[in-house]
This record gives sequence, structure tokens and C-alpha cells, in this order.
Amino acid sequence: MSEIILTPKEQPLVPLEINNIIPDVLAGKSIEDIKDMGIWNGNSQVRLHEFFDVEGESAESPSEIKIIINGDVYNTKRIGQGMTAGEILVKGNANMYVGVEMKGGKITVEGNVGSWAGQNMSGGELTIMGDAEDYVGSAYRGDWRGMSGGLLTVHGNVGSEIAEYMLGGKIIIKGNTSIEPGVHMNGGLLIIEGDVVARAGGEMKSGTIVIKGVVNEFLPGFKYHGVEKDIEVEGELIKGAFYKFEGDYATKGAKGFVYVSVAGNNHIAP
Amino acid sequence: MERIIKNGIVYDPLNSIDGEQMDICIKDGKIVESVSEAADVIDASGQVVMAGGVDPHTHIAGPKVNVGRMFRPEDSKKDAEVITNLKRAGSGFSVPSTFMTGYRYSQMGYTTAMEAAMPPLLSRHTHEEFIDTPFIDHAAYPLFGNSWFVMEYLKDGDIDKCAAFVSWLLKATKGYTIKIVNPAGTEAWGWGGNVHGIDDPAPYFDVTGGEIIRGLAEVNEKLGLPHAIHLHCNDLGHPGNYETTLKSFDVPKGIKANPKHGERDAVLYATHVQFHSYGGTNWRDFVSEAPKVADYVNKNDHLVIDVGQVTLDETTLMTADGPMQYDLHTLNGLKWANCDVELETGSGIVPFLYPPRAPVPACQWAIGLELFLLVNPEKVCLTTDSPNGGPFIRYPRVMAWLMSNKYREDMIENQVHKWVQKKTSVATLDKEYSFYEIAQVTRSTPAKVLGLSETKGHLGVGADADVAIYNFNPEVQDQSADYVALEAALQNSAYVLKDGNIIVRDGNVVSEGTHGRTYWINSLYDGELEKQVESEVEKVFKKYYSVNFANYPVQEEYLPKSCPINGVIQ
Repeated sequence: MSEIILTPKEQPLVPLEINNIIPDVLAGKSIEDIKDMGIWNGNSQVRLHEFFDVEGESAESPSEIKIIINGDVYNTKRIGQGMTAGEILVKGNANMYVGVEMKGGKITVEGNVGSWAGQNMSGGELTIMGDAEDYVGSAYRGDWRGMSGGLLTVHGNVGSEIAEYMLGGKIIIKGNTSIEPGVHMNGGLLIIEGDVVARAGGEMKSGTIVIKGVVNEFLPGFKYHGVEKDIEVEGELIKGAFYKFEGDYATKGAKGFVYVSVAGNNHIAP
Repeated sequence: MERIIKNGIVYDPLNSIDGEQMDICIKDGKIVESVSEAADVIDASGQVVMAGGVDPHTHIAGPKVNVGRMFRPEDSKKDAEVITNLKRAGSGFSVPSTFMTGYRYSQMGYTTAMEAAMPPLLSRHTHEEFIDTPFIDHAAYPLFGNSWFVMEYLKDGDIDKCAAFVSWLLKATKGYTIKIVNPAGTEAWGWGGNVHGIDDPAPYFDVTGGEIIRGLAEVNEKLGLPHAIHLHCNDLGHPGNYETTLKSFDVPKGIKANPKHGERDAVLYATHVQFHSYGGTNWRDFVSEAPKVADYVNKNDHLVIDVGQVTLDETTLMTADGPMQYDLHTLNGLKWANCDVELETGSGIVPFLYPPRAPVPACQWAIGLELFLLVNPEKVCLTTDSPNGGPFIRYPRVMAWLMSNKYREDMIENQVHKWVQKKTSVATLDKEYSFYEIAQVTRSTPAKVLGLSETKGHLGVGADADVAIYNFNPEVQDQSADYVALEAALQNSAYVLKDGNIIVRDGNVVSEGTHGRTYWINSLYDGELEKQVESEVEKVFKKYYSVNFANYPVQEEYLPKSCPINGVIQ
């Protein structure tokens, strides 16, 4: 695997957008060409080398390329947008829209990210070691066709409305979530290992949410099915005892499932 | 400024010119007999030349269009254009931004487009959007079919006062025609209901859809308006609705056309008839009744229709037919916006998908084509009810479907659901539109029924020099076999001239943009009576409206290129 190392200089006040710095586009390009590629800084185009030192070597095939962003890019957006193969590693924080519309390959961010990570992703692996803000694995604003495939993992905490309109694939949140995880969910699997503030699965129609932590408040539109032990969802065995709910009956014809850990959730048991 | 378009193959139905090779001369924005040697020359050899297209029914400006833009960011994302030296940036596939709307109509060779639904209370907004829609001439149709004033006067049987009110309101809102949408139904929706057919009364007012149509048709001819009443029938989109449609068509029959401007014969313009030609009792036993509707249209002289062709795209539905939009929202479960415009009308907006493989959308596509292929082109206008049946940028595709049986066969056999062959007759129709007939349904027929045929929809002396030149040679190329090239040529005009100025070349907008004309009715029916009605209206404003009466009328400052058409003065 060939490595292309981008070492960030100072991050500008106005965000950078580097949606085109993905293995699919860099394949076959010389380092000199890559340095000279246009990226957006607000509404004006700048050259990649103005904000990044570029070293390393490209390869012919995207799947042979690993892009390493060697530092904190807290004000850089759209890292890995639409990539189909190869790898991106960010050794720091990143801004909004990491892995948007990602179709394949692998992205790892060692720090925290902004909102909309993995929006409309359909394949590949997106891993965030730190926290993420709102709308993790959501649909594009206004759309009702959300994330359809791939694996999205956040090791830290996340904000509101994650997995909004999710259709397929898998999201694992190791930390806590704010309100409305899995809102309008239509398929796929959302596993939350930490706590949930409220309204999990609001207006969900299909798909599965598993919550291992404590749920402060649960929606009334769900039907209680009793306690299940060591559940199997989407071919995966999840150990523990769970309250099983079906809904959200606020939506016509809904048949989604929410499993909430028995431990710590006495207050929501019917 | 003089210009001559040389050797084009000209199609101009209003002047009975069918594919004749001839020159078109232009001076000072008008078509003239001849020009001097100094005239600029455009060589149109081997190319089709037509007047600028006229769209009699589209939704391009005003509050509901703007809500459509705001509540569908995913539609904007699908189609975005960047700024150039001449053009503004823009976005929106089914509901483009204002500037993009102007550019895209122009690129297809259209130079006139009418906004088909203007809530009177929000007419200022509509005119403001027209200001930002470059090139195309336009007008807006205020909604009367569920107006409390209209229903009140008709309930009292006072046609004169109703006429005075309509006259005042057209002038106040700078509107163009009497638009009627689901008469009595949108008012009923204010109470959570709807009407079914034309015999159900509106709550409280106790007038039926049929009475509203009849009353407003009489008013239209009393005022001598250039356009016929513009009717969106009741029961839109419901299986079995063709009976309501035919009954509605019958209502104004016998009223005599009396335009003071233009030369229409029709007293009724029925819009998006595709959505009104369904048989059966539900979506299982549903069938096309387009042949019956087409037969009625062909046999009766008092009406002209447009189709509202479904283009099988993902689009945005928007109409003043509030209850119907709610039905659609419950049908597809997608997001829904709804609005009540105090005392006047309402509206609803829903995103919509017409997948070719789904049975009902495929049939809707076929029913539109049946109407086109069965109705005499002098009595039908090409529309998609944009964006309801599909966005207006699909007009070239609709034309290609009409002009190529081969294209349709390919669709029927390979692209659309088999219900098309079971429930409609489209597979049995092998008519192919000629360029002359295309010019009829996109130029001469709409211009005539709008009462604008003096200056629009033709290339005779005195007409506005709006000209579209298409890079397709019917003498060499086969429209039926080469439908891909045909569609491309119609989408990206070789040249488009607006008032004699070149605005499009090789499919690209090459002019910075000018304001289009705003046609409106400067009507005065009966001075005394209008004053009386005005004072009655003012009282109702004080009591019920949230705006002040004085803030209601739209001043002419909102019309940078004001083009009043004078109505009757008694």
C-alpha cells in the first residue's frame, strides 16, 4: 500500500473542503500534481499545498492508496466524500461531513468530528475514535433515503438525530447519544452501548435499535413484547437481557424493533 | 436593430406555414416584412424555425413554489449550476430557482410561461419572483374558485357584483385570468373535508363546484377577458373521475365567447386533463378513459385542454388543491406542506416519485400520451403541469415521445409497467406528431386560447420577434428513428431570440438577462358597482383579513415591464 501524507499547516478561519482528496481521484497522479490540486476555502479555490505539506507516493489503483492526514484538521470538511476504495487516516480532529456518501474503503479519524459524519453512506468502514456531533449516519437534509450500507463506528459520544432515515448497514456508538437516535429509521442496525437521553426510534418504520445503556425517557408509541435474552439481530449475537419493543405506532404500518437493556432501565419497563 | 434569419425550415401554424424554407425579418423587436442590407444575418439552413414557445400552465413563481424550494433541499442538491460571467448560480431539478427557471425555459426555445396559481393575497410575492426570472414573458392566474367573495355573490345570484369583484381583483393583483381549482373543495378542506364531483356544496356558502364554474364562466365573458376560465376540475387523481371531468366540461357549454382582446373561441380551458381521465372505482380496477375524454374535446368547440404529461421523474407536487395533496401525502407517506390563505384559497406540497415500473405512474404516462395522440392539436396544449407531472425541462422529451412511435414502443416494451398495455390504448396509437403539430401544441394553440395570438405564438408581421431555431433537419434526419438527436436539439436550441435579441446560442444562454413582460388585465367593469363592491370588500378586510386593505393591491412598480390588457369599460 502506498502512502500519501498530508501534514496540515495552519487551519484557516473559513473552513476548507477537500472532498476531492480521496484515493479514487489521487490514483495515478504524481505528488507534484496532487500538491497543485484545487480545494475550496469558503467560496474561493486554493491549492492543496497552501494548507498541507504533501509527501509520499500515489499508486495506480485507489485500493492501493492510504491517505494520512498527519495532524489536526478541525476546520476541514468533507474528508473522504464518496470514496469507493483505499484508506484515509486522520490523526486528529476533523470538521463536518466525514465520509459523506462513502461507498467503499476505510476511513479512521483519531480525534473528534463535526456533524453529518457518514451521511448517506452506502458501503465501507468509517471509524471515529473520539466524539461526533449530530446526524451521524443520517440522510441528506430533507431526504428520506438515508444510510444504506457499510459500518460506522463512533467510540465516543454523539449528538442528536443519529441514523436518521437509516435504510441499511450498521452503526455502533460506544458512548452516549442525545435525543432521537434512529428517528425515521427504515432499516439497518443501530447499536448504542452507552446511554440515551430520549425518543429513541421516533417514527421508525423498520430496522433495529439495541441500547445497552440507560434510557432516560421512552416513547409511548411502542408495543412491549417482554424480555429477551442473548438476542440475535442481523446475524449477530448480542449478550444480555433486553426489553423488546415494537413500533413506532405513531407511523402507519411500522414494524421496527428497539431492544433496551434490562439493567438500569427498570423505570421504562411496562 | 435589424436582423434576418435566412433559409430556415419554418413551422408557423397560425399563418399556415408548414415546413417552408423562408427568411424571417426582424426590426426593433418585431417581425417585419423585410429588412435592409445592413441587417445581421443568422444562417438557419437545414434547421427548424418556430416562434418562441408558449407555456400556458406552469408553476414557476410565488409562495407555494418558494415553499417547494425551501422544503426540498434534496431536490436542489440533485441539480445545481455554478455562476458564470453572464449567469447567476442556481439549483433545483423539479423546482429550480428563479434565474435558473428563466435560463432553462429560454434554452428550450420558450419565451412565454404563465404561472397558473396565484393566491390573491400573496400576489406581490409572485410578482417579485417574476422580477428575478429573466427573459420570459409571463402572467399570473389569481385563484377564484374558493374565494369567499365569489361564493357569497354567487350564492346571492348576483353575477354583476361577482363580475365587478373579479374585475377589481384582477386589477388589484395584476392578474391575468380566472383560475379555478377544485371549486368548493379547497374551501371544504378548510373544514377538514373535500367535495366529490361538481354537485357538492361548499360548507356555509352552499354553492356547488358546478355553480362556481358556471358563474365564473359568465363573468369571464361579461368582462371580455382574453383567456377562457382556467379550470382545474374536482376529483383530481381519483379513479372514476372522468365522469366529473365530462360533467364539468359541460357546465359552461352554451356560453358564448366574447373576448375583447385576441380571438379565442373557447370559453373553457381545462388544465392537466391527464389527471382527470381515470375510470374504474379504485386503483385495482382502474382504467384509462382518455379516449372518451378526447372524443368529447374533439366534438365540442367550447373548450381547449392541456395535458399535464407525466414524465416519470422524481418531482414535487404543488397545487391549490389542498385536500388532494393531503391524499397524496397519506398515499406515499412522504413529507407534506399545507397552507390556508385566508378567505381565498389554500395549497399543499408533497414530493412525488413516478417510477416507470410502477403500475399507476406508468398508466398516467400513457394516459397523457393518449390525450395528445387522440385530441386535435388545435385543441390541446403541451404541458407537464410543471412540476406536478414532471419538470418543464422535460418538454423536449415529451415532444420526442409524440414525434417518434419507435421511442414510445421502446418505452412500452422495455421501460414501463405492463398495465400500460392492459389498461390504456397507447400501444395501439401509431400517430406521430409532425413539427407543424408540435408548433401547434406549443405555440399557436396556447397563444390563441390565452388571447395573445396577435403578438405571440407565430412569426407573422407584427408578432414579437421571439424565435426558436433548432438544429434538426427534417429533410435529412428521421425524427422517428433518431429521437435521441431530436430530443437533444429541442433541449438545446441552436438560437433563441427574445424581442429580436439573441439570448441563447448553441444551447447556452449568451445574454445577461432582461425582464419579461407582465401581462395583466386592466379591467373596469362598471365604475359605480366596483366602488360599491370595493367598500364591501374593505369591510370584510377589516373584519377577517390579517392585512390592511390599502396594503393589498400590487402597484405597477412591481412590474418592470408592465403590459396591461384593457378589459371592458362600460
